[in-house]
Amino acid sequence: MVTLTFPTWMEPYRALATGKITGDQWRNLLRQLILPVLGMAAFLLLWQLAAQRIDTSLGQFPGPVDVWEQAGALVEEHQASRAKEAAFHERQEKYIASRLEQQPEWQPVYRDYTGAPTFFDQIGTSLITVMSGFLLASLIAIPMGIVIGLSSTAHAAMNPLIQLFKPVSPLAWLPLVTMVVSALYVTDDPLVAKSFLTSMFTVSLCCLWPTLMNTSVGVTSVSQDLTNVSRVLRLNALSHVRKIVLPSALPMMFTGLRLSLGIAWMVLIAAEMLAQNPGLGKFVWDEFQNGSSQSLGRIMVAVIVIGLIGFLLDRLMLMLQRALVWDKASVQR
Amino acid sequence: MKALLELSNVGMAFDTPKGQFEALKDVNLKIDAGEFVSLIGHSGCGKSTVLNIVAGLLQATDGGVILDKHEVTEPGPERAVVFQNHSLLPWLTAFENVELAVKQVFRKTKSKAEIREWVEHNLELVHMAHAMHKKPDEISGGMKQRVGIARALAMQPQVLLMDEPFGALDALTRAHLQDSLMDIHAQLGTTVIMITHDVDEAVLLSDRIVMMTNGPSATIGEILDVTLPRPRDRLALADDPTFVRCRQQVLQFLYEKQRKVEPLPKRSDSSAEATRKRA
Repeated sequence: MVTLTFPTWMEPYRALATGKITGDQWRNLLRQLILPVLGMAAFLLLWQLAAQRIDTSLGQFPGPVDVWEQAGALVEEHQASRAKEAAFHERQEKYIASRLEQQPEWQPVYRDYTGAPTFFDQIGTSLITVMSGFLLASLIAIPMGIVIGLSSTAHAAMNPLIQLFKPVSPLAWLPLVTMVVSALYVTDDPLVAKSFLTSMFTVSLCCLWPTLMNTSVGVTSVSQDLTNVSRVLRLNALSHVRKIVLPSALPMMFTGLRLSLGIAWMVLIAAEMLAQNPGLGKFVWDEFQNGSSQSLGRIMVAVIVIGLIGFLLDRLMLMLQRALVWDKASVQR
Repeated sequence: MKALLELSNVGMAFDTPKGQFEALKDVNLKIDAGEFVSLIGHSGCGKSTVLNIVAGLLQATDGGVILDKHEVTEPGPERAVVFQNHSLLPWLTAFENVELAVKQVFRKTKSKAEIREWVEHNLELVHMAHAMHKKPDEISGGMKQRVGIARALAMQPQVLLMDEPFGALDALTRAHLQDSLMDIHAQLGTTVIMITHDVDEAVLLSDRIVMMTNGPSATIGEILDVTLPRPRDRLALADDPTFVRCRQQVLQFLYEKQRKVEPLPKRSDSSAEATRKRA
């Protein structure tokens, strides 16, 4: 006889299918499936009811069905744009091939397709920007957190600055960052766009604090016993940090990194919106300015996608944390 | 014969908000190579302070410690410590924990293969070969302490310092570990200083028992030679007259001469008593 093994979370469904379901499994099923679905359904219903009652200058507020339609429309637009791009490249290839046949000494010039970015292009831009900003912030915050955690002198010197800059909103930084980038990043052949740098630096400035604070707290709270072990072994400063301090502080560091990534994503959307830098924020702003009858629906799609991506980024960090951190108890959901 | 380890006039004063607190005063002790010495006394009497000064984790404010003609000024692997709560790095396996110490001490003198072999050898010595690739979270308290001992032994210390190594373990596990420690001591002839609260443990394991008076200004009250022949067997010793006499003497010191007077206001009485004893 073939015995199938099910993952634990599937157990209630299997039990339901075979009709042998216990009280505990009912409770699990309720918690895992029925209640979330009920919550979602109630939300959609309330949304629909509320939407019908709100008339804006751009027409009725979109309900779930309108938003679903707009999501489909955005996918179609994206596919259409990709098809156009493919056609453009095909035409270009053909043209170059035929011209080379006539004059072989001609140096072909390849041109990029210059269509407007689609919704999905904007998602890609935002993801790249947020990851770059987050990485830059981590590269600054982790070493700085370690130094501040290790040395009370550094802590005393830095703490007032940290407390001062930590609560600053991204919108306050943005004009300054924009001007500084424009002034300093002067090149004829830019590797990356200025707008990308502006968004990235703004994200970094706002999201480095949780990582910095948590790393320094993690480093400060290395147990005295482990420090004594390090002293008895006469580990030098570098080995002490690598073998004792870093692993000890890793759980706290990850808590900080997760908070930072969440902040980075929120800040990015606001920065893109305000600075008109490519990305999801710009998409929302453009739709708002565009003001067609579909705009609100399209913005709502963006809102849901932003939430979904934020959630997925957090899950990603959680997976990374689970894989890397030795203290499994420190990994919260 | 010159002693391997010598504590001369060791004193320790801590600065507190209420002024200086003299924890230790005039601690004099000589320990020969291969000796097993226990430090016993009521809690708060400064046993751990003495051990930490020998380890170099604390600096004596008075007097000093000489190990093999060198003054102790900082911690080092030649004075390996077995900490009370094992102090294993929780993110490393038992093997890696010992390996960290071995690499640090022998990286210049041993090859990769020799290091590996030496780590395994020391884990076998404490009967942990079967679980050497487990992390501290996955093994019992007694096993963790075994790994802690293996890590300390692997440094080939001149003196092995043990700070209540079995204090947190249940009685059965403790007995197992005591037997293991006796075997290892017989095999390697390591010099050991061990802090304990347990009178039976002190008598069973030690060549000498150093009894400390109560603080403040704690010092060595009496030293008892335990002349029982080795190897010692805990069952046979239970009615051995020498064992019983030694045990009696330590108990007498702790509960008659150095009775801890609990209500704190009376503390001055007990310290007066201690002072009288020293005089």
